[in-house]
This record gives sequence, C-alpha cells and structure tokens, in this order.
Amino acid sequence: MSASTVAAMAPALDVAKIRRDFPILDRPVYDRRLAFLDSAASAQKPRQVIDTIRQAMEEEYANVHRGAYWLSQRATDRFETARETVARFLNAPSSDEIVFTRNTTEAINLVAASWGRTFLKEGDEVVISEIEHHANIVPWHLLKREKGIVLRVAPVDEAGNFLLDRFEDLLNDRTRLVAITHVSNAIGTIVPVAEVIRAAHRRDVPVLVDGSQAAPHMRVDVQALDADFYVFTGHKVYGPTGIGVLYGRSELLESMPPYQGGGEMIQTVSYEESTFKEPPFRFEAGTPAIVEAIGLGTAIDYLQALGWENVQANEQMLLQYATERLREIPGLRIVGTARDKAAILSFVMDCAHPHDIGTILDRSGVAIRAGHHCAQPLMERFELPATARASFGIYNTRDDVDQLTEALLQVREIFG
Amino acid sequence: MTDDLRELYQEIILDHGKRPRNLRHPEDANREAKGNNPLCGDRLTVYLKVGADGAIDDVAFEGRGCAISTASASMMTEILKGKTEAEAHRLFETFQEMCTSDEFDAAAHDIEDADAIERLQVLAGVRQFPMRVKCATLAWHTMNAALEGEEKVSTE
Repeated sequence: MSASTVAAMAPALDVAKIRRDFPILDRPVYDRRLAFLDSAASAQKPRQVIDTIRQAMEEEYANVHRGAYWLSQRATDRFETARETVARFLNAPSSDEIVFTRNTTEAINLVAASWGRTFLKEGDEVVISEIEHHANIVPWHLLKREKGIVLRVAPVDEAGNFLLDRFEDLLNDRTRLVAITHVSNAIGTIVPVAEVIRAAHRRDVPVLVDGSQAAPHMRVDVQALDADFYVFTGHKVYGPTGIGVLYGRSELLESMPPYQGGGEMIQTVSYEESTFKEPPFRFEAGTPAIVEAIGLGTAIDYLQALGWENVQANEQMLLQYATERLREIPGLRIVGTARDKAAILSFVMDCAHPHDIGTILDRSGVAIRAGHHCAQPLMERFELPATARASFGIYNTRDDVDQLTEALLQVREIFG
Repeated sequence: MTDDLRELYQEIILDHGKRPRNLRHPEDANREAKGNNPLCGDRLTVYLKVGADGAIDDVAFEGRGCAISTASASMMTEILKGKTEAEAHRLFETFQEMCTSDEFDAAAHDIEDADAIERLQVLAGVRQFPMRVKCATLAWHTMNAALEGEEKVSTE
C-alpha cells in the first residue's frame, strides 16, 4: 500500500485533541519532540485520569467498605462504580465477577495459586503458547514445581501466526487449563482466542486469556468470547499503575479459595477459624488500590468515548505506515509479520544491536523498548537475543513514525 | 548527532564492536565464567589462562551483545594479556569507577596502569548513559568472577 493510500484512510480519531489531553507529550526529551512509542510497556496518562486521582484524594478519600461516615461511603461508591465500569468494559455479566488486583501478573498468579492449587494435580496439563509474556509462564512453572503439572506450548509459525491446528493437537484428556495471550506483547500477533476457547470448551477445558495487550487496542467481550478468566492491567489502558483486573466466571470464582488472607475478605474471624466473603471480595485482602481503581474507571471511560472503530483505524493505519517506512531502511528486518497484528512492531537491524538502537533513538526523542520484552522463550524461538519494539497508542501520529524512521537512518549512519 | 552520542560511539568502539579481538574459546583456558545482563539479554563467557606465577597468559571471550559490551570485552582482552591477577583486579575497580564517577581522575591511579587507563578512556562516555554502564562493565565483572572462581555473574 502506498503512503498516499494510507493517508486517504485518515481515521476519524481527533488525535490532535487527544494529544492535548496527555500533558507529558509536550515535554521535550534532550530538546527533541517526544515520540513516545512504548505504550505496550506502559501507556501515558490523560489529564482526566490525573485529575480524577487528585480530586479523589483531595475531596473524597477514605478507606472503603468499613467506615460509618460520609467520606468512606463516598469513596466506597466511587470504588465500586469503577468495578462496574470495568464490568461494562469487558461486557461481564456482573461486577461481582471483577476482582481488582495489582496488575496482570498478580491476576494470573491469583488464578494459578487459588484455582490451580485447588484443582490441579500431578500430570495435569496446562497449555500456553510460544508468544506468552513471562507473566503467563512463570506462575505455571511455580505450579509445575509444587504440583508436578505439565506445561504444553502451542507454536507459532515463522511469521508469528498462531497455529490453531497445532494448538488443538495439544488438547487431550489430561488438559485442565488453557492460559493464552490475546495479543503478543513482543511481536503483536493477535491470537484467535474465540476459536481457542471453542476448541478448549469442546473438551470442557477452561481458558484464561491474558488481555494485557488486547484491552488497549480492541473491544473485549468476555461473553462473546466465552472466556472463563480474562485479565488485564490498568496502566496499559491509560490508567494508573498498581491496579489490574481479573474477570472470572462466577461459578469458577465461587469454587476458589482465597488467594491471600487479611482484612476486607472475611465474614467472621475468631482465633480458631475465619469465614470468607463471596467473590470478588474474597480475593481482595487488605486495603485495595482505591484511587488507582477510581482512576482506572476514568481511563476506561476516556478510551471508550473515543470509539473502538476509530481507535483501531488509527492504530492500524500507523502500523501499516510504520511497516512501510521501516521496510525502506536497508538491513532492517521486522520480526513478527502475522496476518492479524495489533499496533506493535518489533524489528532488528543487521548493523546494530537493539540496545544500541534504543540509545540512539532516545537521543532523538524517540522512546522505544529494546530487549527481550519479558518473552525470552520467544526470543530463543526466533534465535534473537533481543529486538527493538515500537508500539502505538491513541496519541501516536505519522509524525512519530517519521521521527522514528529518521532516527533509524541515523543508526545506519553510525553503524552502517 | 549529539556530542555525547559521538563520544559514546567513537570509531575505536565501533571497530571493536564490529570486529572483536580474541573472540574465541582457548583450549587451554583454566578459568572461565559466564556473564549475563538480563535487562538486554547480553550473554558472554570470558576465558582466562592464568600461569602458576599469576600472570594472565591468555584471555578471550565468546558471546554476543551490543556494540558497547562487545567493544568493552574485546578491549579488555587486549589490555589484560600479560597482566597479573592483582593488576586485573585493580583495573576492574578502576574501570568501574571510570564508568560511573564524574570525578574520576586518571592521575590518582597507579602509574603502572596509565597505559591501560588511557586506552579504556574511550569507554568513559557511558557515564552520560547510566542505562548503558552495565553493558560496558559486563565483561569486566565476568572476568573478575572467573578470577575469583565464580561460574556465573549477572549484572542485575
């Protein structure tokens, strides 16, 4: 596709207006305009989220679910409203199926520790894929050590396409869980999770979907997907750090023991015994991340108000444009060219190591990620120590791509 | 290009990065250690042949990494050959200080090390890039571990 065709597909997203909502984008780096291309690691925050958090702390802050006073009631209302916002965001049947966690990592660990320890035994198999983030590998390794479960790994092809047939071949009578990413953080592949879930459900195997990289880019409907667990993190959807989400089907959550013990999650406690609350509170021991949850609610409202079609059109336009521009650079190879990709572009250059690329780009105001992207097994699969990765969000423009391209040409100049 | 980038990626560093010296596995090495920088995935192995008199008769490395870590490893092998173990330890500490301290003063160090320090000065540009200091020092940490009889070192 030519650059002019891409331009003709100009999206209906008012990116200039969006950019004005993100104060950090006005901040020069080394006296250069900031081209922030690392939203897959963590997205920047709009003023609306920042203001919400400040306002919540300045005007309506107290601990939740315990105070007999107005402020506590007000904070509790806002915290629980955020839970409802998250439930609508995922189209969950009920906000009781939304558990707040610290992040995606904790959400997966919660499932592994609570559901996994209860229902998995030696020889039981958990199927993951080659494109998982460490967060969806290591918790299962812990269960492997503790319980002797077996991990099966569904492959991708050289382009990074998820191989549905090969995945289905791994399912057998010992399969107890499929834990799979929705979108690869390292190479952008979109996994056909609806088909994965259908195949698993034909064998009555529940499926956990790691939606960390999907939630910022596409509409997620846990009912349409028929997902059993769906997890994502707040800071990648333009919300604060310290707040993540576990959606779990109510029957599953109800069958699970607590993850951690403490305040908030109990019904009664004596010195001999405790009884526990119903989900989601059973899984939220201790004072939760109150203002972070409220901030996440605002971030979701902000993102949804833009319209998914617009967000996706802009990001896909940027992905195509960046792919074209980067292909102009001699000696640059894009890693991961799956048919269905989110706006994540990994690449290597024959003249320079990703770490050197990252340093030179940084001095040009271009922020990208260089490294293994917490996906070391995938890097080994592609026989690469690391890649450079540009990832796009709602505030990115073709100017960012042009700035990236110019900086990459400078890398060629230095190392070429 | 900014001045600090120009200083970081000097000709000599680019040259050692592209054509590293002593990139091999000596058959008769009697010390070795693996170095790993989990942050960027750089891995290398340093091999040393230390004589009965404590002299480093041979030093080489294998592995792959960024230009800075490869150049640093390559230059280290050239500098350490013929030094004693004690000198290698001392240079390791001097080099670390050079890469991290703005107050580094070459004149304050042992006059015997003057040549080595002068050659290593080309890597001092990493001071302006705190996230790259570990790249420059990985080979040296690994060499030090090999001398101390440790098998593995990680810079994180």
